[in-house]
Amino acid sequence: MSIETIEAEEIDVEEVLGSAIERREDPELVTGEGVYTDDVQDPELAHMAVLRSQYGHAEIDGIDTSEAEAMDGVIGVYTAEDIDEAGTPGDLPVGWLLPDLKTPSHPILAGDRARYQGDGVAVVVAEERYLAHDALDRIDVDYERLDAVVDPKAAVEADAPQLHDWSEDPTDTDVRDDEDIERVPPNQAFDWEIGDSEATDEAFENAAHTVEVDLENQRLIPNAMEPRATVAEYKPGTGEVEVQMTSQNPHLHRQLMSAVLDVPEHKLHIVAPEVGGGFGSKIHHYPDEALTCWCAMQLERPVKWQATRSETYLTDAHGRDHVTHAELAMDDAGTITGMRVTTYAGMGAYLSTFAPSIPTYLYGTLLSGQYDIPAIHCNVIGSFTNGAPVDAYRGAGRPEALYVVERLVTLGAREMGMDPAAFRRQNFIPEDDFPHETPVAVVYDSGDYEPALDAALEMVEYEELRERQAELREEDRYLGIGFSSYIEACGLAPSELAGQLGAQAGLWESGLVRVHPSGTVTAFCGTSGHGQGHETTYAQIVSDELGVPYEDIEIVEGDTDEIPQGMGTYGSRSAAVGGSALATSSQKVVDKARTIAAHLLETGEEDLEFENGEFNVAGAPERSMTIQEVAQQAYLAHNIPEGVEPGLEETSFYDPENFTFPFGTHVAVVEVDPESGEIEFHQYAAVDDVGNQINPKIVEGQIHGGIAQGIGQALYEGAVYDDNGTLLTGSMQDYAVPKAEHVPNMETDATVTPAPHNPLGVKGVGEAGTIASPQAVVNAVTDALQPFDIDHIDMPLTEEKVWRAVNGSEEGS
Amino acid sequence: MYPAPFEYERAESVEDALSLMDEHSDSITELLAGGHSLLPTMKAGLATPDVVIDIGEIDALRGIENAEGSITVGALTPYSAVDDSETVWTETAVFADAAHHIGDVQVRNRGTVGGNIAHADPASDLPAALLAADGTVIAHGPDGERSIAADEFFEASYMTALAEDELLTRIELPKRGGHAGAYAKKPSPSSGYAIVGVAVVLETDGNTVTDARVAVNGAMDHAVRLEPVEEALSGESFTDETITTAAERATDDLDTAMVMDDLQASNEFRAQLVEVYTERALDTALDRSSVAPPAAD
Repeated sequence: MSIETIEAEEIDVEEVLGSAIERREDPELVTGEGVYTDDVQDPELAHMAVLRSQYGHAEIDGIDTSEAEAMDGVIGVYTAEDIDEAGTPGDLPVGWLLPDLKTPSHPILAGDRARYQGDGVAVVVAEERYLAHDALDRIDVDYERLDAVVDPKAAVEADAPQLHDWSEDPTDTDVRDDEDIERVPPNQAFDWEIGDSEATDEAFENAAHTVEVDLENQRLIPNAMEPRATVAEYKPGTGEVEVQMTSQNPHLHRQLMSAVLDVPEHKLHIVAPEVGGGFGSKIHHYPDEALTCWCAMQLERPVKWQATRSETYLTDAHGRDHVTHAELAMDDAGTITGMRVTTYAGMGAYLSTFAPSIPTYLYGTLLSGQYDIPAIHCNVIGSFTNGAPVDAYRGAGRPEALYVVERLVTLGAREMGMDPAAFRRQNFIPEDDFPHETPVAVVYDSGDYEPALDAALEMVEYEELRERQAELREEDRYLGIGFSSYIEACGLAPSELAGQLGAQAGLWESGLVRVHPSGTVTAFCGTSGHGQGHETTYAQIVSDELGVPYEDIEIVEGDTDEIPQGMGTYGSRSAAVGGSALATSSQKVVDKARTIAAHLLETGEEDLEFENGEFNVAGAPERSMTIQEVAQQAYLAHNIPEGVEPGLEETSFYDPENFTFPFGTHVAVVEVDPESGEIEFHQYAAVDDVGNQINPKIVEGQIHGGIAQGIGQALYEGAVYDDNGTLLTGSMQDYAVPKAEHVPNMETDATVTPAPHNPLGVKGVGEAGTIASPQAVVNAVTDALQPFDIDHIDMPLTEEKVWRAVNGSEEGS
Repeated sequence: MYPAPFEYERAESVEDALSLMDEHSDSITELLAGGHSLLPTMKAGLATPDVVIDIGEIDALRGIENAEGSITVGALTPYSAVDDSETVWTETAVFADAAHHIGDVQVRNRGTVGGNIAHADPASDLPAALLAADGTVIAHGPDGERSIAADEFFEASYMTALAEDELLTRIELPKRGGHAGAYAKKPSPSSGYAIVGVAVVLETDGNTVTDARVAVNGAMDHAVRLEPVEEALSGESFTDETITTAAERATDDLDTAMVMDDLQASNEFRAQLVEVYTERALDTALDRSSVAPPAAD
């Protein structure tokens, strides 16, 4: 049922928007022509490698670099002391602040203490990459190991080893016993809440039925195809630093790195060449990219750093890491009356760039899901642990929220003895109740949930499926049907709201549309695609707005010198915010062109119709001009209206009114073998409402990839640290990223409820699959195991966990 | 991800390889064939040989020979050649089936039978198949050639009966036309190696099992026979009931405390999987045997 692609030449310009045009970026990428950061060459290039703490928590009593420095071909070896001596600030900023947030220093090289395995301790720059890595082995670090803590909940217990020094020594019993001193638990980064606590407690007091669950949303490792990399060159003559790096947001990296390196923003030029995926991991500002620049500046030589896959496991910001207790209150008819959630969210050793926003504003605000819930309260305690920093990872807070909601709702239906689909339907926010304000500070601007549920039920032939389930149970075969009626929030906005919530950045996007004198177009956007297909979809948007052929439009992203400003690509924001910026700029171009055309056609602007790239005088179709002809005249400027500047290009900074709220229902159908714990997919149906679709093929690809990634979380993936903070799942040998054979055939369908507030009616699709799928799978497995009275199994649902649940064993992992 | 420096030698012949091994006997040496075990361990820093002796170009060690009484598989034969060989599937299906279960197409095109067996990774697929097939390992050393029965070959994790100065040159698999053989594997979702893999070979007379050889990978520190299963099958009629009864005995002789216990699976769960996969391997063997009634559809 896969969507067929079409070639752009085969369709008329009025059909370009909404067509499944082949991705134009693919030929370059699949033939090896694309230039990724590691493909950047320079005869002068030196190579940097980072020595990383081998321990999860240790004092550093000394570092002897002499042997490494003495090696032939080693150019320099640096430690935190050298950064200090150079007077470089070298401290990574936090881009989102919460009330009473603890923001410990995050130096680009660890000085006297390493707080996670992977924390940089020293760097080597050498003539060759292999040599740089060999030299790392010759650096002698005198570590004094410290106790570590890796569990987000254990980290805030009073006797936990403390990572950062800001409160009293937790081992000092005098202080601990002094009740007059209000102590912050040792590793607490923040204690945040949303919703009405009293109203929620009251809902629970009055509830006819309640259910509760303890669940973990396990720590995940992003695994973008291309590990992070940087090439930096310093130009002493001008003081400029040229940087090519794996970035999802070059402008943001420029702003942050300017502060870290004390290089003025206008002297930093950051380019994201081809970038091989990110899943969020290339949003953040890490130490390594700044270190590469710092070395290039010190040595006045271009320096390249390319992470190994092992380094990405240790240092790319991980995702999720929640320990949660959640409860649902219902009346005697199964109507939800309240939800109460307490979450301990692991932050890792330091606060990554946007880390504080993920388990708070991107999590607590989504807990209403698709349901009309009168009272919700959520308390989130963020804690420092001896693991890699945790930050946005595909979905970022929203998968964690919807996992809680959809697990609770499934348990609620079970408690009420109701069909899980009927229970959901009964509690959906009705179609006539939009805009809908939830008790967790969000206004859903639009939604219509029943058609998506109905479509999904039809796809799996639900009634027959339930009959089949009953038949199979007679044969001791265990079929399960799992639902996930999800909501998400894309394109965090507007900037004013983001600012009120603690963002240290705006969340608008810029778009520049330049019509050349010959009538072809280059459009520039501040988003920064890394696999999403923006070159295709943005060209479709501009083509539709200007009526210029798709082939005549080029898209430019990912270069701070070429693009006015930008916020980057993450949070499923590019189409809704970046696409809207390009649409708005295109409309401004048309407005200016209309003024010029009216002048040349000697008519009023109001008498001009614009269709498919042509201005026609109403009622006199023979009097017309194409936009290309207008462009030529705009640049010739021999005869343009008074007060109009020559040229034809427009820029806009588009700041959305609100988030967009995609939604849908996914249904997983699985069979579980209680003997082996094995889970086999029979079906996976997904109905997603992402608003208007610019390119259905790209939407389908995003849904497929997202579901696969969510299934990875549900069944396979999970970062495991031991009690010392040593990462046990440090490579693909031990960390199971799903492979093609692990992913079922997916049937996809869509409903279309356009976003009401942006010019395109689009909502965003990049994260929908990862937000929707984990709980569909977990709900299916627990549905299958209902005869064994199993309410919950924590992800990943490995065969062993399933087998143990069935066998009631208490032991094991 | 970046191996430590090492010296590289290429052997042109078996004799050349043996003399290079002798020449470097004072250093840490590793033999390189397909490289699918050695290179990852070198890149991870787990192996740091001073000298790598590449035997990969010794063409005489590559190929499958249909000899009298046995199939001979040269040490450098890639898994894919075994999987693609009708002869191997016909004469000793268990070995072909195990080769078919290794890695993916790229791995099977590159990894070698000899390298796999000599490396003796406890989670590898060929060792149990070699045991079930009652194969023989042929090794060349300074004093010439010797044969080592599969039952004597695997000693412990990554440890075999091969001496330091010996080179595994080929294996011999007895022909068993009319037998039933199968390999059932639970692969690790991350690495693709066997959490457990069970190899079975059954000879039947009419529908009576006359001889059974059953062995498991992944469960213990090296591939081992499951003798209680073999005993439970021998002399019995080859039916679903026999299979179920026999599979229940799969772990009778395995000391659970010694069963592999790691992130992938605890020893307790592995033991459970040994039973489940023994039953599946036997089911497949039954389906493939002449005993099985014709399929209904």
